[in-house]
Order: sequence, then C-alpha cells, then structure tokens
Amino acid sequence: MLDFEPFYLTLKLAFATTAVLFIVGVPLSYWLAFSQSRFKVILHAFISLPLVLPPTVLGFYLLLAFSPESIIGRFLESLFDVRLVFSFTGLVIASVIYSLPFMIQPIHSGFLSVPKNLIEASYTLGKSKITTIARVLLPNMRNSLFTGCILSFAHTIGEFGVVLMVGGNIPGETRVISVAIYGEVEAMNYHNANVYAAILLGFSFLVLVLVYALNHNIFNPSPGST
Amino acid sequence: MIEIKIFRKLHSANGLLELQFDTVIRQGEFVTIYGPSGAGKTSIVRMIAGLLTPDDGHISVDQVVWFDKSAKINLRPQLRNIGIVFQDYSLFPNMTVKENLLYALEKGQSDSIVDILLQLTELGQLHNKKPAYLSGGQKQRVALARALVRRPKILLLDEPLSALDYEMQSKLQDYILTAHDEFKLTTIMISHDLLEVLKMSKRVLVLEDGKIKKDGDPSQILPLDNLNTLIEKWNN
Repeated sequence: MLDFEPFYLTLKLAFATTAVLFIVGVPLSYWLAFSQSRFKVILHAFISLPLVLPPTVLGFYLLLAFSPESIIGRFLESLFDVRLVFSFTGLVIASVIYSLPFMIQPIHSGFLSVPKNLIEASYTLGKSKITTIARVLLPNMRNSLFTGCILSFAHTIGEFGVVLMVGGNIPGETRVISVAIYGEVEAMNYHNANVYAAILLGFSFLVLVLVYALNHNIFNPSPGST
Repeated sequence: MIEIKIFRKLHSANGLLELQFDTVIRQGEFVTIYGPSGAGKTSIVRMIAGLLTPDDGHISVDQVVWFDKSAKINLRPQLRNIGIVFQDYSLFPNMTVKENLLYALEKGQSDSIVDILLQLTELGQLHNKKPAYLSGGQKQRVALARALVRRPKILLLDEPLSALDYEMQSKLQDYILTAHDEFKLTTIMISHDLLEVLKMSKRVLVLEDGKIKKDGDPSQILPLDNLNTLIEKWNN
C-alpha cells in the first residue's frame, strides 16, 4: 500500500517555503535592484550560492549551524525551545535558503523591467516609495512574481540533498517525497518508487509548462501596438 | 515666482556639458525652452522636478526653498507641487484611463476633479480603456490630465508632442493652452519646434551648450528665416 504522507509533507513544505520566500524575496529583490550600495554585489553572490553549490555542501553547513552543539543551535534551543535538526521547522529554514535564488532572480529582473519613468511619474504625483511599489511596480511585474513563486515551489518539491542532510528520514516529520523515493529504491520496492517518481515527473513538467506559458503571455495577450 | 540658479556637470554624447541655468519665471507665465538636442533641456526640467540633483545652486518657488546646496535643502519630488508630462507618456499600464487619474488624487481630495479633467481633455468615452489600447495623442491627453489632478502650481512639459503628427500636435497644443489658463498655471515647456514655440509662449529661453543664449519674445529672437522655409514646406 502506497503511503501518501510524503506527498502531503512535501506540499506542506513547499507552501511554507514559498510563503516565507515571497515575504522575504520582494523587499530583498527591491533592495538588490535599486540600492546604490556596493555591498549588494556580495549579497547577491551569497544568495545565488545554492545555484552552484552541491546541495550537500549547504546541507552540511546548515546541519552544523542547527546542531545543539553550535552557537546558533544552542541559542535557539535555550531561548525558544526550538530544535532545527531533524525537524520540519529546520527543513523550512533550510529550504528557504536553498530556494532563495529561485525567488530572487525573477523578481529582481521584474523590478528592473518596469520602466524607470513610471516610478518617477508616481513620485511626481506625490506618491511614496511604498505606494509606488504596491500600486505601480508590483502590478506591472505580476508574471515575475508568479514565476518566482512557481519556481521556488517546484524547486522545494524537487530538493533532496539538503533535506536529507538537515532533516534525515523521519516519517511524518521530514520524510518528503524525494527522500521516500530513495528509501523505496534502497528497500527494493521498485513499484512504489516508480509511482512516486512518475508523479513527481508529471508535476514538474506541468509546472514548467505553466512558467513558460506565463513568460510567453499566453493568458494575457497584449493588444497590438498603436 | 520661480527663481532658479542651478549648475550641474552632465556627461552627454558630445562629451562633458556644464549646465548653467539662471532665470526667474513669473507666476502665470508660459515659458518655452528651445534648443538643439543635447543642450541639457530635459535635465533642467528634471532638476526642477527633483528627479535630478544639481551640483550647486538654488531653486525657490513663491519664497519656498526647494533646493539649496549651501543650506543642504533638497525637497523630494513628492513634496514639490508640480505636474509633469513626459515625452513617452509614462502612463501606468495596469490602470485604466480613469484609474490613472484617480491614482494621482491626494489623500482626502475630492474626485470631482477627475471628471472635470476627463471632460476638458475629451476622454470621457475612453475612461475605461487601458493605455495599451489608446493612440499616441489619446495617451498624451491622459498624461496631461493626470498631471493636473493635484492642481499643481507649475506644469512641466518635456517635449510632450514630439512623437505625434502635426494635426494631433496642434490639437494638443490647444488643450495645453486651455489648461494653462483654466488652472492658472505657470508652465515650462521644452520644445525644439519653432512653430510650437511661437504658438505657445510669449517668452522663450534659447539653450545652447548648457547655457541660456537668448531670452525674450519668440518672434523677436528666433531664427525666423528657418521658420519661413518650414512654413513654405508645409504649404507645398
């Protein structure tokens, strides 16, 4: 009998990660797009590290950082009674860091794609930066926001190395679908592994179709230029 | 009354340009700034609007200081009560014509002005359309109406009509003149079109290489020989 708990856990993780990433990603991308600070180059590089590092490297450092023996781990445990290794909360934090570039990259280019004149027009109409972001910038880069959310969501669903390093393989807590596939193969349950894998494959394909449909403006064809 | 004395170094296509603009514009005046491209016209408008910071100088409007380098005063664009119309319209594509105007309302301002402006610019029937569905002339009318919603004291026009055909230009010039009178504006308009300068303003500032070379009545100081050739060309 196929266990559906890994699916449920995976979706829960992906939703939580995407929600946190959206809240963090919009202001961070705005800062990266418009700040004059030279420091932003370093921060941008740091955020993009998960794109090039093997997930195990990131997972390894997060494991060290989250462990009760480390300063961060001890601090969190003594203050909030939270243990991040081998727990769902730890998985969410690890996923947020791991998928951050997938949220930041599209939103960052989205901010840069809005003509600067629109921002200036809004300022000369007496509108604050916050109003300008909420009513001019964000509505005119909706596709970038969707793309960031969809990619982060899909990337979280597909992660394996970081999850395994930080979360391990605890059913109902950290046993997400990619880890479950690995477990089934190790136990020679090829049928179950096949079903899990096929579902993941189909899902990922659909997500990418959706992203490209958005990028090609399939849902919102613009009128011809006048 | 607008008192402007500003200085700024600009890197233009023709190398370094030292922009020096020193003039006084009276309340209710319609002034055009005429000059070749690259003379620094747009930068002047941007500095008055607060979108570009002068290296040095002073701008005050009705005794209120907007910019003063030595006193370290630089009012944000939001706090300078101006209306500005850009060459490329800069309408918000996510909003309809009416929403573009409503967006400009100040907190607590009655929205009756929006309907008045829609009527004045004959945009009533288009109020529900998004900018992408409008022609160039219609877009520029929306931009003009939007710039007037806050009832600014000063209207800045950065070559607003240069992308339009002659007939449309002439019509929009009339709208601008009506708005200027009706809202008792002080208007500064950039133009590189002699006919436009003649029609719109009683005072022109001729800008060359970043400096005011001439200042006065357009019919007295503009190179009218050129103009006659232009008119002949149109008549043929």
